[in-house]
Amino acid sequence: MTPELGQLALILALLLALAQSVLPLIGAWRNNHALMAVARPAAAGQAVFVALAFGILAWAFMTFDFSVQYVADNSNLALPWYYRFAAVWGAHEGSLLLWVLILNVWTLALAMFSQNLPEVFASRVLAVMGLIAVGFLVFTLFTSDPFGRLLPMPADGADLNPILQDPGMTTHPPMLYMGYVGFSVAFSFAIAALLGGELEKAWIRWARPWTNVAWGFLTLGIVAGSWWAYGELGWGGWWFWDPVENASFMPWLAGLALIHAQAITEKRGSLRAWTILLSIVAFSLSLLGTFLVRSGVLTSIHAFASDPRRGLYILIFLGIVIGASLLLYALRAPKIAHGKPFNVLSRETAMLIGNLMFVVAAAMVLLGTLFPLIADALHLGRISVGQPYFGLLFPLLMTPVILLMPFGPFLRWGHGEPAVLKAVLLRIGSAAVVCAIVAAFFVHGQVKAILGTAAAVWVGFGVALYAYKRWREFPRGRRYPAEMAGMLLAHFGVAVFLVGVLLSEALSVTTDVRMAPGDAHEVGGYSFRFDGAQQTTGPNWHAEQGTVTVTRNGRQIAVMHPQKRTYPRGQVQTESAVKAGLTRDLYVALGEPMDANNVRGAWSLRLYYKPFIRWIWGGGVLMMLGGFTCALDKRFRLKRQAAVVATTGNEPAPALRPQENTA
Amino acid sequence: MNRTHKRRLTIVGVVTVAVALAVALGVYALQQNMNYLLTPSQVQSGQASGYRTFRLGGMVKRGSIHRSDDSLKTTFIVVDADGAMPVEYTGILPDLFRDDQSVIATGHMDNAHFVATEVLAKHDETYMPKELKDAMAKAHAGKEIKAEAGTAAGGGNPDP
Repeated sequence: MTPELGQLALILALLLALAQSVLPLIGAWRNNHALMAVARPAAAGQAVFVALAFGILAWAFMTFDFSVQYVADNSNLALPWYYRFAAVWGAHEGSLLLWVLILNVWTLALAMFSQNLPEVFASRVLAVMGLIAVGFLVFTLFTSDPFGRLLPMPADGADLNPILQDPGMTTHPPMLYMGYVGFSVAFSFAIAALLGGELEKAWIRWARPWTNVAWGFLTLGIVAGSWWAYGELGWGGWWFWDPVENASFMPWLAGLALIHAQAITEKRGSLRAWTILLSIVAFSLSLLGTFLVRSGVLTSIHAFASDPRRGLYILIFLGIVIGASLLLYALRAPKIAHGKPFNVLSRETAMLIGNLMFVVAAAMVLLGTLFPLIADALHLGRISVGQPYFGLLFPLLMTPVILLMPFGPFLRWGHGEPAVLKAVLLRIGSAAVVCAIVAAFFVHGQVKAILGTAAAVWVGFGVALYAYKRWREFPRGRRYPAEMAGMLLAHFGVAVFLVGVLLSEALSVTTDVRMAPGDAHEVGGYSFRFDGAQQTTGPNWHAEQGTVTVTRNGRQIAVMHPQKRTYPRGQVQTESAVKAGLTRDLYVALGEPMDANNVRGAWSLRLYYKPFIRWIWGGGVLMMLGGFTCALDKRFRLKRQAAVVATTGNEPAPALRPQENTA
Repeated sequence: MNRTHKRRLTIVGVVTVAVALAVALGVYALQQNMNYLLTPSQVQSGQASGYRTFRLGGMVKRGSIHRSDDSLKTTFIVVDADGAMPVEYTGILPDLFRDDQSVIATGHMDNAHFVATEVLAKHDETYMPKELKDAMAKAHAGKEIKAEAGTAAGGGNPDP
C-alpha cells in the first residue's frame, strides 16, 4: 500500500509545482499580489510531498519490500542497511527522485531567504524553480516510476551494483546533485532578470553565495567520485576523461567562470549580459550531464540503465530549456547591459581571460564528449575520442590561467598598475625558478615534475604574497573578510592540486607483475612481498584476499590486503588496498589467478607507488572550502539584514524597490 | 584611424589568431585521437588498413584464452559471426574477462594478429555495450548475434 502513497505524493508534488510556476508568473505579469503569494506555500507543499515520496522509497528499502520492482532490482536480504539506504539513489529512478528532492531543498532555502527581494522578482525566481521541478517530476512519473510493482513478489532481491557498494560512492551522487541542482538558482535568477528586463547589482550580490555553495558541492562531488574511482576501479587512476566524468566537469568549468563573472558584475556592474549567459550555460550543462548519464547514449563505465524513451524525453526537455532561455536571452539581454569601463591592464581583463579559458575548455570537453554521438548520427563510423585529446588540450588551455592567477588579486579594478605587477612577477618568478632548480635534483630530471613544482610555487607563493600584503596594509578584522579568505583558500587549493597532478603523474611507478607466494618485487624503493591469497567472506560477498607485506630497507611499512570480491549474482569486483600517506601512496590490487588449477597460487598483481597523489584531492577539498567560505561573507548577509530592517515597516528598502514592471 | 580604433583592431586581431589556433589545435588533437570500432570480420575485409590504432570489438572465443607461464602475456581469439582475430595482450585483464564475454580491445595490427594495449570487458553482467551490439549487428545484418548466449549465461535478470 505505501508504495502507491509514494506515487500519489509525487503526483501531488507535480500539481503543486505547476501551481508554484504558473500562478506566480501570471501574478508577476499582471502585478497580482495574491497570485505571486502562491509561490512560497506551493514550494513548501511540494517539498513536503517530495520528501514523503523519498522517505517511502527509503522505507521500502529498509523493510525489504521486494514487491517494489526498484527495491527488488537494487537490494537483497544480505545488503547492509547503509548500502540499502544508499541504494535509494543507486540506479536511475531513485537518483531522479534524489534530484527532485535536492531541487526542493534549494527551492525551500530560496523561498526562506528571499523575503527581502522585490516581490515580483522573487516570485519569478521561485516560478522558474517550479518549472524545472515540473519537468523532472513529469519525467519521473511518466518514464521512471520508482514505485512500480513487481508481481509475483520475489523472495529475495537482486543486488546493488557492487561497484556502488563503497563509502565514496554513497556520498558522490548527492554531492554532485547538490552542485548540479544548485546552479538552477543562478539560472532562475537569470531568467527572472531577463523576464523583468532588469538586473540590479544588489540581486547579483544576493545570488553570489548560492552559486559559490553550489560550485563547492559540485567540487566535493567530483573529488569524491575521483577518490572512489582510484580505490574501487583498481586501476589506480584518478581521472579518466570518461564521458560521465566529463558530464560533471563541464558544469564545473562553467560554474567556475560564473563565480568569477558574478564577482565582476557585482563589484563593477559590468558584464551583466555575460554573467546571465553563463548562468544559463552552467545550468544547461548540468542538465546535459543528467542526460548523458541517464540516457545511456554513451558507452561508459557509469551508464547503467538505458531506455530510449527517457533519452528522448530529456533531449526534448533540454531543448526546451536551452532553446527558450537562449531565445529569451537574445530578445532581452541588450536591455540589461551596463557597467563601468575598464582598461586592458585591469583585474577585469585578467578575470575575463580566465573566464574565456574556462568556457573554451568546457567547449573542448563538450566536443570531445559529444563527437562520438555526432559522428554516429552522421554515419562517420563508431568512434571514440581517446584520453590524449583531453590530456593535450586541457593543460594547454589552463596554462594562461595558471600564469595569470597570482596577478589577479594584485591588479586593481578598472586600471592596474604595471609597477606592482613587475614587483610581483620578479618575486614569484624567482621563487618558482629557485624551487624548480632545487626540485630538479630530487626528481631525476623529470620535466613534468620540475614544471609541477614551478607552477605550484608560482601560484602558491603568489597567493601567500597577496595574503601578506593584506596583512600588512589592512587593520585587524578587515584583513581577511570571508570572501577574500575563500578566494585565497581556493587559489591555494589550485597550487596544492598542481603538486598532486604533476608530481604524481611524473613520479608514479606502476608495475603489473606475476607473483607466486614468497615472491618479492621492488617498486619505488619499497619491497612488496606476496604472501599468498586466502578465502574470506563479508556480509554479502566472498573474496580471495591477498596478503602483501611492504618493507623498506628491511623495515616493515605495511601489511596490505587487496581483495577480489564475488557478489551473489556472480559480479566480480576488485577491492584495492591502499596505504595512504602525505608524500606517497602505496597501492596494491589483485589481478587474477595465473594458473587454472592454482597449484602454485600465483597471481597477477598491480603494485603502484604514487607520490603526492593525495594532494590532488587535498587541492580539490581546499577549492570546495574556498567556495563555501566565500558564501559566508558578511557583505552578502549584512545587506540582507539591512533590507530586513527596512522592510519590517512594509516599506521596501530604497535600493531594492521594485522597478516598473516591463514584462 | 585613431588610437581607440587601433587598439580595438589589435584586440580583434589577437582574438582571431587565438581562436584560429585553438580550433586548428582542437581539430588536430581530435583527429589524432579518434579510434574506430571494428569487428574481426571488418578487419579481415581490410577496413582497418587506414588506421594505425583502432578498437577491436567482439566475443572472446570459448577455450581460446592462453596465459603464458612466466609473464603476464595472454593470447585469446576475438570472434564475431563470421570472423576471428587472434589478440595478444600483456598486462592484467579486467575482472569480467572470460570465455564468451564481449570485449573491446584498443591496439594495432601486427601482421595477422592484434596487439592490444587496453582490454575492456562489458561492465554489467546483463549489459552489452550498445555501441558494440550495433557494430556487430551492422557487420552481419540479419544474422543472429551470438552475444545473446553470453549475456544469458551471465545469470541475473536480463534487461527488458
